[in-house]
Amino acid sequence: MSKLDSKIPGGPLKDKWKNHKDHMNLVAPNNRDKIDIIVVGTGLAGGSAAATLAEQGYNVKAFCYQDSPRRAHSIAAQGGINAAKNYQGDGDSTYRLFYDTIKGGDYRAREANVYRLAEVSANIIDQCVAQGVPFGREYGGQLDNRSFGGVQVKRTFYAKGQTGQQLLLGAYSAMSRQIGKGRIKMYNRHEMMDLVIVDGKARGIIARNLVTGEIEKHSAHAVVIASGGYGNVYFLSTNAMGSNVSAAWKIHKKGAYFANPCYVQIHPTCIPVHGTQQSKLTLMSESLRNSGRIWVPKNIEDAIAIREGNLKPENIAEENRDYYLERRYPAFGNLVPRDVASRAAKERCDAGFGIENNDTKEGVYLDFSSEILKKGKESATEKNIHNPSQQQIYDLGKAWVEEKYGNLFQMYEKITADNPYVTPMKIYPAVHYTMGGVWVDYNLQSTIPGCFVIGEANFSDHGANRLGASALMQGLADGYFVLPYTIADYLSADIRTGKIPTDSEAFNSAEKEVKDKIDFFMNNNGTHSVDHFHKQLGNIMWNKVGMGRTPEGLREAIKEIEEVRADFWKNVKVPGEANSMNMELEKTFRVADFLELGQLMAKDALERNESCGGHFREDHSTPDGEAERDDVNYMYVACWEYQGLDINQEILHKETLVYDNIEVKQRSYK
Amino acid sequence: MSTKKGLNLTLKIWRQKNNKTKGQFETYKISDVSTDSSFLEMLDILNEKLINEGKEPVAFDHDCREGICGMCSLYINGRAHGPDTGITTCQLHMRMFKDGETITIEPWRSAAFPVIRDLVVDRSAFDRVMAAGGFISVNTSGNTLDANAILVPKEDADKAMDAAACIGCGACVATCKNGSAMLFVGAKVSQYALLPQGRVEAQRRVLNMVKAMDEEGFGNCSNTGACEVECPKGISLENIARMNREYMSAMVDKG
Repeated sequence: MSKLDSKIPGGPLKDKWKNHKDHMNLVAPNNRDKIDIIVVGTGLAGGSAAATLAEQGYNVKAFCYQDSPRRAHSIAAQGGINAAKNYQGDGDSTYRLFYDTIKGGDYRAREANVYRLAEVSANIIDQCVAQGVPFGREYGGQLDNRSFGGVQVKRTFYAKGQTGQQLLLGAYSAMSRQIGKGRIKMYNRHEMMDLVIVDGKARGIIARNLVTGEIEKHSAHAVVIASGGYGNVYFLSTNAMGSNVSAAWKIHKKGAYFANPCYVQIHPTCIPVHGTQQSKLTLMSESLRNSGRIWVPKNIEDAIAIREGNLKPENIAEENRDYYLERRYPAFGNLVPRDVASRAAKERCDAGFGIENNDTKEGVYLDFSSEILKKGKESATEKNIHNPSQQQIYDLGKAWVEEKYGNLFQMYEKITADNPYVTPMKIYPAVHYTMGGVWVDYNLQSTIPGCFVIGEANFSDHGANRLGASALMQGLADGYFVLPYTIADYLSADIRTGKIPTDSEAFNSAEKEVKDKIDFFMNNNGTHSVDHFHKQLGNIMWNKVGMGRTPEGLREAIKEIEEVRADFWKNVKVPGEANSMNMELEKTFRVADFLELGQLMAKDALERNESCGGHFREDHSTPDGEAERDDVNYMYVACWEYQGLDINQEILHKETLVYDNIEVKQRSYK
Repeated sequence: MSTKKGLNLTLKIWRQKNNKTKGQFETYKISDVSTDSSFLEMLDILNEKLINEGKEPVAFDHDCREGICGMCSLYINGRAHGPDTGITTCQLHMRMFKDGETITIEPWRSAAFPVIRDLVVDRSAFDRVMAAGGFISVNTSGNTLDANAILVPKEDADKAMDAAACIGCGACVATCKNGSAMLFVGAKVSQYALLPQGRVEAQRRVLNMVKAMDEEGFGNCSNTGACEVECPKGISLENIARMNREYMSAMVDKG
């Protein structure tokens, strides 16, 4: 069990990080260029880490599968980034951000990590403004804030509906500066194929050049995995098409424990599925819940009439609408956390009130008409228009909504051909983020020495459910302000090591294994494309390891995934050649890993006999349908140790969670 | 706009094995494509069909499929990102096409963007221009000024945001008859020039970025404005004017 040492520093919560920083070993500036660091992934976590480490003087090699580091999927985050600045004077503080995050995560995250996250959050905003990130501002020139789900303060900073893009471009600009100086060597269109361990330490990776197909050996003194989450195990998700678990899964197979794989965030506001040929789902930012009200018809006949196309939502009278979030959760209303909002949508649709005209009959409305009216009246008052006409009110309100959310409305209209200023948006939950990930200690180091994991790829800060606008915060906190300190402590022992050679047995055998596997797939002479298997896996995952889970369903899922996996290895068909650009081959490797991970997710969900956050077990719910946690038996992090090809054999280790600074309560947003 | 549910289409697609071989158009038939499908989902269906027929699928760049990562490209019926405006290829939907239509699909065409395979091009020239000056020289420290210490007029912040919305897809270059990257570079120069944090090294930045842009083989701007029309993010020509102004004043001071 010694491997599971969380290394949480002693002392009072608010002093832990400061004291820890004061006592960690350093690498002197003149020694840093003797140290090589590999960073896999260039999203907010990887990009900010690579830039910062290079600024400090280390030699950084950064890898991404996209054609440029600027395209990592952090770019798609829309709504904002949290920080405990209390610029609005509405009672925010480091402690309150810490408290909201722990509570939002349903008391399944580590206190010390989350407190540190809240502590450095304010620095992130300062850093980003210094980099030229154009956050939204008030007329007085100060930064503006909005509110997000699960909190009662306004602490979210934003750049229109493109906050992730602007923060990522900030990190990318910092990286670009170091690339220009030659301090970062950038490997675009490269995929990490395996981790190389030399004498028990992570010392490099095997990568495939996605343009030439060449297999390359890269060595370093430490390897940082920042490869994001694994939502694409469901085939349909809001993740980018290329987002994958492979880097994280490869290190798991080399000894890194994988923590809480069953914690998946299903985001409540996505555009509903339109058909079987669909390739991906599109998110509508949570920020819309600041202004939109969610409803379904109160009468089931109205729901049926809408689905059959005989009734329009705008023609349903106010009293015949069921604003079910406002009804069930008056204190937080439409701004309840994501897991709660998603389950409530599922509950209404399962009961027959869904409004989408397709096989699933799923979908609920996100309606802006109240807000347009309210803001229109406010605007009229501000502009000294007395007795404004209904049209004037509507126009002013629409202009307000347009300024706040214009790009999101446009995106919605392009996809659905519906105008959301007139007809309410149709939304339904979709897989969005994974709280589970590689287990790391307080220093963000996995159970493999020298292998660090940051951002969504690790499990560390969000417990069983992540609050909105906290992913960007965590990615940048890890990359800018945590890892650069903790990795130095580890690397201080390596200043005399010298370059790590790539001609060792460890590198050669890892390389051979990768090449053999490529040969296997290229010569498999299978019958079906990789997507065929990925869709099958996705169906099993969504139906049985999705929003509502049962022990029977999970047992079936494990069995069915095993069958798909066996079929995949026998029958997957990979066209083309290995020594050139081959996108089917790339997908094949990713899906091979998803098939193993999917099984572990089901196993983890079956083992956790409680409901918490994004993990909802139908056999563990209260009579009114709320999640029922079991703190006596399950207040731990489930850490899985790989045992070979049979995923059922993985061994469970438990890291007990201790709450000294927060009272553990039943989570209520009522 | 098409209202019919299943479209039958003829696709003329540029196929090229790599940057050393010559490419050519190949013609494919595809049937019963839902008007609700996206353009790239239509290509997914084609690729699935090609794989099942034992042929090589068409390589094309794509990732987020929600119009923000800038990875997708494609010249469709002679227009960057296709016939709709204000969107990327991945946001283009098949309801924009008519049943029986022939659709021509090409890669970005520009000397600075060599073809890698089929519809995939190498846009790393953009990264190199950025590395020459597309940043503010500030290290990560946690000790920068408080974010509200410098007030920024809302109008300036909004204009900087409009410029910063560029996704680096390269439609401007592909559309421009001169293969100019001035909309891309102008947007980045403008974003920083409009903010007090970026003013400090504004002159150095514009000189370095323009120099790198020229070295990469991008053409010059002759003010036809095609780039602005085809830009999926509506980046304004104003940014090119601002870059020219910044460049002139920097040349006078430093050139």
